[in-house]
Amino acid sequence: MNFAVLVFPGSNCDIDCYKAVEDTIGQPVDYVFHTATDLSKYDAILVPGGFSYGDYLRCGAIAQFAPVMTEVRKAAEAGKFVLGICNGFQILTEAGLLPGALIRNNSLKFRCHQVDLVVENHSTAFTNGYAKGEVIDIPIAHGEGSYFVDDATLQQLKANNQIVFRYAGDNPNGSVDGIAGVCNEAGNVVGMMPHPERAVADILGSDDGVRMFTSVLNAWRERNGAASVR
Amino acid sequence: MAQQVSAKEPTVEQIADQKIYKQFGVSDKEYALICDFMGRKPNYTEIGVFSVMWSEHCAYKNSKPLLRRFPTSGPRVLMGPGEGAGIVDIGDNQAVVFKIESHNHPSAVEPYQGAATGVGGIIRDIFSMGARPVALLNSLRFGRLESDRVRYLFEHVVSGIAGYGNCIGIPTVGGEIMFDEAYEGNPLVNAMCVGLIDHDKIQRGVAKGIGNPVFYVGPATGRDGIHGATFASEDLTAESEAKRSAVQVGDPFMEKLVMEATLELIDSGIVLGIQDMGAAGLTCSSAEMASKAGNGMELYLDEVPQREEGMTAYEMMLSESQERMLFVCEPQHEEQAKGIFARWGLHCAKVGKVTDTGRLQLFHKGEMVGDMPVKALVDDCPVYNKPSAVPEYYVTNGSIDTNGYEQVADLNAALLKVLGSPSLASKEWVYNQYDYMVRTSTAVRPGSDAAVVTIRGTRKALAMTTDCNGRFVYLDPEVGGRIAVAEAGRNIVCSGAEPLAITDNLNFGSPEKPEIFWQMEKAVDGMAEACRVLETPVIGGNVSLYNENSRGAIYPTPVVGMVGLVHDTDHITTQEFKAEGDVIFLLGETKAEIGGSEFQYAVHGVTEGRPPVLDLAFEKRLQGAVLAAIQGGLVASAHDLSEGGLAAALAESGFGRGLGAEVDFDSDLRSDIALFSESQSRILLTVKPDFEMKLALELTKANVPLKRIGTVGGDRLRISVGGVSAIDASIEELRGVWRSAIPAYMNGSKQ
Repeated sequence: MNFAVLVFPGSNCDIDCYKAVEDTIGQPVDYVFHTATDLSKYDAILVPGGFSYGDYLRCGAIAQFAPVMTEVRKAAEAGKFVLGICNGFQILTEAGLLPGALIRNNSLKFRCHQVDLVVENHSTAFTNGYAKGEVIDIPIAHGEGSYFVDDATLQQLKANNQIVFRYAGDNPNGSVDGIAGVCNEAGNVVGMMPHPERAVADILGSDDGVRMFTSVLNAWRERNGAASVR
Repeated sequence: MAQQVSAKEPTVEQIADQKIYKQFGVSDKEYALICDFMGRKPNYTEIGVFSVMWSEHCAYKNSKPLLRRFPTSGPRVLMGPGEGAGIVDIGDNQAVVFKIESHNHPSAVEPYQGAATGVGGIIRDIFSMGARPVALLNSLRFGRLESDRVRYLFEHVVSGIAGYGNCIGIPTVGGEIMFDEAYEGNPLVNAMCVGLIDHDKIQRGVAKGIGNPVFYVGPATGRDGIHGATFASEDLTAESEAKRSAVQVGDPFMEKLVMEATLELIDSGIVLGIQDMGAAGLTCSSAEMASKAGNGMELYLDEVPQREEGMTAYEMMLSESQERMLFVCEPQHEEQAKGIFARWGLHCAKVGKVTDTGRLQLFHKGEMVGDMPVKALVDDCPVYNKPSAVPEYYVTNGSIDTNGYEQVADLNAALLKVLGSPSLASKEWVYNQYDYMVRTSTAVRPGSDAAVVTIRGTRKALAMTTDCNGRFVYLDPEVGGRIAVAEAGRNIVCSGAEPLAITDNLNFGSPEKPEIFWQMEKAVDGMAEACRVLETPVIGGNVSLYNENSRGAIYPTPVVGMVGLVHDTDHITTQEFKAEGDVIFLLGETKAEIGGSEFQYAVHGVTEGRPPVLDLAFEKRLQGAVLAAIQGGLVASAHDLSEGGLAAALAESGFGRGLGAEVDFDSDLRSDIALFSESQSRILLTVKPDFEMKLALELTKANVPLKRIGTVGGDRLRISVGGVSAIDASIEELRGVWRSAIPAYMNGSKQ
């Protein structure tokens, strides 16, 4: 299974995503620059965190126009697996691949710490290895992670089972309905503010993020008729 | 030679007659010297260039004689002071690069940008050596949080550090913060960066090869930060606010691009010399690079990218616009270099040429606008041996009996007071604003004795800390200086690492005052002695003088940034109690030493007397024995005793996992003194009961006194002294006070 980790000017979790793929599932992974115009060889695309284009104008607002995003849209439509983490989530919402928007934390401050997440939807490509309702320990690190959608869209998200993660307990940023991550209707595109790539080993504080990576490998193998990973 | 480049600038004669050089901090004697070196009177651009090169910030003219007292070499030191940052070997062809730098004055007038650009500057020092920055730390001092202005400075300094570090993607993993009225109006903002490098990638800032082109990379030059280095070399006054334009504006996104492109450029192997444009911008980088190669340099200022219209030579040479680098390569590599920068969306401009003239020559609009001997700029600034005098306060303090205070009866209340004192309270409010996890290598997060960052592909890790107790240094600079180094070492050892070396940031008041110079001299002596005994040489650092406000000088604060090597990640140890039933040992001796303690400040409201003594030979023995015990797998938790003494250390150790302790401390001292004394060279260790005998045996063999003082367990901290109950409080209550103290000030619920 081939992974692409996108690199925009200002991405800074690209290395972490790359290492996480290597360390958790050992699949081939490449850094792919924002100028790339062909993603056809990749089965999964990771849009990493950071401050693409300095977060100038609005988080993700400039990145959505990068040449590579045309390819990401195509890949998403083709049913390939796309995961946006933190700034990557912001980019996917700006690009219209996921509903909603991320606005400034209600504390008006950057927040970096572990949070408990409830897995609300365990049928996406990235969450099939979790149990529904399971609480997992994953860190956040963002200043603009308050998820916003209007009421009508919220009802749609609920109806379509598009809410993937919710914050358990304290809502760290004022997100609507405590939403920490969502997916598209097909479930192949997932975006989340917390950082699963930072929770892949005990020495980092938690390894609850590992299953995000084993999940997508499973989904790919199932789709391609191969034996699923144990 | 241009006598005057624009009608707005003073002429050569006006500079001389009206003594305009004095506005730049150049004395009459120095001006005469400059004229001698030049063989004529300097024009406005030249006097500007000389004044920044001869400022304390660049030339260390008041501190050089003291800095020479530091030990700077050792078997592991690959590069000592003099380059952007020092480098220490950590084996396997790898090395660690680190340095600390201050941005005190800018932060006092413009806290967000002042702190942000401090972080940006120190990161450039690290990657310009060819190293990948892997961690940031800081050391901050503020006045009391009761003041509106202090809360404003504190809040915005923290945001500035967060804004820069988070965006560029280097984790801010540790640091220290103290609050004391001594820093009111003149906060200290010291930033440290740690990087990793392979031996064969080490770069130097040298302009090698006559005729080679000199390139400028990074954003265009503007009028910001003009005379920043000079501004940093004078007292803060009411007029400082008017010098806001001397404060630079940072753009971490730009620096991220410059960093990635620079590391890629260095990796390509074509760079001959590279240096960042930090203090004194283009002036300092060009002069220093030429000087280190024994060469000269021509700069073509029309080619310098400019952000604003009509910039003069003077403005371009003195601007401290951020995120800029200067490098030299061979002419045939020009296109390759430009290609690398273009990939990152950066422009790279050829702005000069290496020459054999030994002179820095500036050309602008078809005219030579400056022509100065490089050696005079870099090496010939006069060095001053300032007079030194013992301050009266030091003499008076010698006769104060800090053991004569009325005994504090309610020790629960005293512990709560100490834990709720902002200097000792939890800094979670601060570090939760920093991304301390990016790069996924942070094994020990902010809040323990030292932070630990793993090194990918190895079993090794780096431990790092910043330390300095300014109160101790104030009360006795020599002892305080020793303590700063020793405590940093203890923090490193408690994390399971071998101390390697230090970088120092000497923050003091005005060296023109003999009493202040005495503090500097004594503190340096104490630090140097500790560095020698503990075998942690000084590989670089920074001096920040003139830290004064309307009420006088700050506490002398020579901050120590230390890095240690964890040989195996299995050795990584934290301060928190691990399990019920673990046995608690106190290593070292507790004496009646309250002078300069947090207890004295928070409970008795004073800072007076003499600080604790420090026996360096014993300190060395203690650190060696504790490290051996940790490496031998005997230790569950380790915590250095510092502010708040034994009582605070026990409480802090319990907070991590909400574990209490039953402690019976056998001591002849008065219970309040026994619990809150800040005697040095003490460490709290916990061990599994099975290892109790072995640990006791090994430490006794190493001639380190230890006391078995109790066991971990329950949800209360119960301490008796000499069999009499002294403290009995729930860990939850103690932790609540400790955690909520700073947020309460910041959200306005506490005034």
